[in-house]
Amino acid sequence: MTTATAVEQAEMRIAMTRKEAVGRLLGVVLLLGVAAWLVLNLVTAPSQFFNSLLFGIGNGALYALIALGYTLVYGIIELINFAHGDLFMLSTVFSGFMMVYWLGAEGANPASWAKLLLTLVLAMGFGATINVLIERVAYRRLRRAPRLAALITAVGMSFILQWVGLRWNGSAPRLWPTVVPEGGISIGDVTLQYSTIMVVTFTIPVLLLLTYVVQRTKQGRAMRATAQDQDAARLMGINVDRTIAFTFALGGAMAGAAGLLYLEAVGTTRYDAGFHLGLIAFTAAVLGGIGNLAGAVLGGFLIGIIQGLNDGLPYGFGQKWSQTVVFSILIMVMVFKPTGILGQPTVEKV
Amino acid sequence: MASTTIDAAATPPTPTAPPSHEVVDRTNRRWALGFAIAALGLWAFYKFALESMPGGVQDAFQTWLPLTAVNEAIVWVICAIGLNIVVGYAGLLDLGFVAFWAIGGYCAGWFMSFFLGQYDITFHFLSAAPPTQSGIHINWWIVLAIAGAVCAFFGILIGAPTLRLKSDYLAIVTLGFGEIIPQVFVNGEDIAGFNLSNGTKGITPLDPITALPVGPEAVSRPLGPFDLETKYLLFALIVAFCVFVSLRIREGRLGRAWLAIREDELAASMMGVPLMRSKLAAYAVGAFMGGLGGVVFAIHVNGVFADRFNFSISIILLAMVVLGGMGNVWGVMIGALGLAWINSTFLPKLGETVNDALDTEINFPSYNFLIFGSILVLMMLFRREGLFPETRTRELVQEPERTELEDMHADLEGDVR
Repeated sequence: MTTATAVEQAEMRIAMTRKEAVGRLLGVVLLLGVAAWLVLNLVTAPSQFFNSLLFGIGNGALYALIALGYTLVYGIIELINFAHGDLFMLSTVFSGFMMVYWLGAEGANPASWAKLLLTLVLAMGFGATINVLIERVAYRRLRRAPRLAALITAVGMSFILQWVGLRWNGSAPRLWPTVVPEGGISIGDVTLQYSTIMVVTFTIPVLLLLTYVVQRTKQGRAMRATAQDQDAARLMGINVDRTIAFTFALGGAMAGAAGLLYLEAVGTTRYDAGFHLGLIAFTAAVLGGIGNLAGAVLGGFLIGIIQGLNDGLPYGFGQKWSQTVVFSILIMVMVFKPTGILGQPTVEKV
Repeated sequence: MASTTIDAAATPPTPTAPPSHEVVDRTNRRWALGFAIAALGLWAFYKFALESMPGGVQDAFQTWLPLTAVNEAIVWVICAIGLNIVVGYAGLLDLGFVAFWAIGGYCAGWFMSFFLGQYDITFHFLSAAPPTQSGIHINWWIVLAIAGAVCAFFGILIGAPTLRLKSDYLAIVTLGFGEIIPQVFVNGEDIAGFNLSNGTKGITPLDPITALPVGPEAVSRPLGPFDLETKYLLFALIVAFCVFVSLRIREGRLGRAWLAIREDELAASMMGVPLMRSKLAAYAVGAFMGGLGGVVFAIHVNGVFADRFNFSISIILLAMVVLGGMGNVWGVMIGALGLAWINSTFLPKLGETVNDALDTEINFPSYNFLIFGSILVLMMLFRREGLFPETRTRELVQEPERTELEDMHADLEGDVR
């Protein structure tokens, strides 16, 4: 009896390691294939390669900002905030109306740049306010409910925000004049778009500020404590409700900033942009390791670059398969490494 | 096995009653009678009674409850019952159910039309299509079975690697799957030179269906676009099949395993419930019904169109299940009929009426986002068990994850600070 069980156990162990080995082999083959594909494209069309890469980095910065909102909220209350992508969409529409209609920014001049900065602050405030309101109205009441309930609520919220966007923006995409001029700095055939420069220069200070808030301030410490153990945090005198609301505010502010930057980079707003971009950003958060701030940024840039290369390269699948490529990555990460690149089961959250 | 033999040795064997068939068969079959009466009553009403009504009543029914809206609502009912198995019974959130709807629809497109004739494939089997036409033409009852099987296969394919994930990760993977499949069909006009789906042009028309493949003219004649009453009866029969399967499995070993997993996965696995196999079965059965719904929808609109399969279908289906009461087939059916009617008929017609009367241009159908989103949020906040809950579900969803004492501490929080 016992020997049989031991043999069975040994067999199971072998099977497990074999399974792991196959998984690892698959992963290596996949990565080698990607590397070969990159080299092939680099050799045949170097200028296209670098243009796509730069374009992807610009998009990646936006994805990183949105992904931070997902990862902050997931880190603290383990909820996938489906409405986050639509919050980003509302921020793009808000930024458009604020810049063009209410502040009247026109062309690239110092006054317009000042208005752009003002709109950035306002859009961040807008995103933060909406996100805190959603948390207060819906998610807070469901904190002790089964996870399915909170998740379904988030999906419903996403639909409601999409409706607001539909009423506000209209069903057709809306074109906006941008402050950031077209074109860019060219070195040979490679062009660094002005919008990419702007997005990256805005994103990096915001990311540094966020890291400072979470790592160095008292509020950040409260967030990390709440993420680890809500009850213990409460016993330590932390106002858990306020801390969670603050986390939502931070995530909303990131989405607001991303909204304005997206508007300046792309120049159009559409009511259904939030769903797709939100899902891509969520993929980025998962790829980097959800709940991990650095992971969200890394994942954002990676997804942006992958998407940019896929859309722009001569041997890629092309833009019409863009979504499929991103979601396939999502599913493969989920299957092979659910913790993501930087995430570890015991890693410090938020 | 070892412990039973020891027990048997220690205590003298006691005579046990042979298993009675009444005890084993727990299914209450009385529903079939009520369902048949309701379905046939509605059929008789549209077929015979409506013609003899005064003109005003006829117009009102043509405007507010045309039979084509009923038939479309039945498609939603079939899919919602399928989703109910995944979400309501097994407690796995599936946000990509539209994928099965699409796959089922394309099964109808491939096996019931001229479409595959472009590759010089000609195959006829008990179909009402003219025998000279090229392409695959199979009787639609068989296509239903094929579509169900193909969808069940895809359900297992997507479920097998992902079902060990946590519930919300699973939701995301299904969501990604529900985005990929429709995009494959939208771009499917040229996949490495192969035309899979005819792209956004869609595949239309499909073969006419027949109630029975052979037999007297009355039951084997091809049904045209205006034979709504007969189609309604056939569709209702498929609903009855789905309800039967749902109720039957729900009472059996597999159904009880699903409920156990939904309520406490750890405890269920401790009790010997095979987690993976049960979850995969839930996916397969749910997807099977999604495939049936896809075929029925393709027949209803006489074609398959790639751009119709979008994310909002998954969410509307979820809203139907949540509104009706997760786990209760009858509640889900009522929720599906109601929401499908609101979506397809009530909002547009109300919009026309109000806009004509007040001379405004309010776009009423665009409010469906608000309605479905609000249903999800409000139901989760105030009536998590749905409008027509099962007792068991009600107890489950009302149960807090923490004890009441902990809740009290949470309420004291303001003072602690």
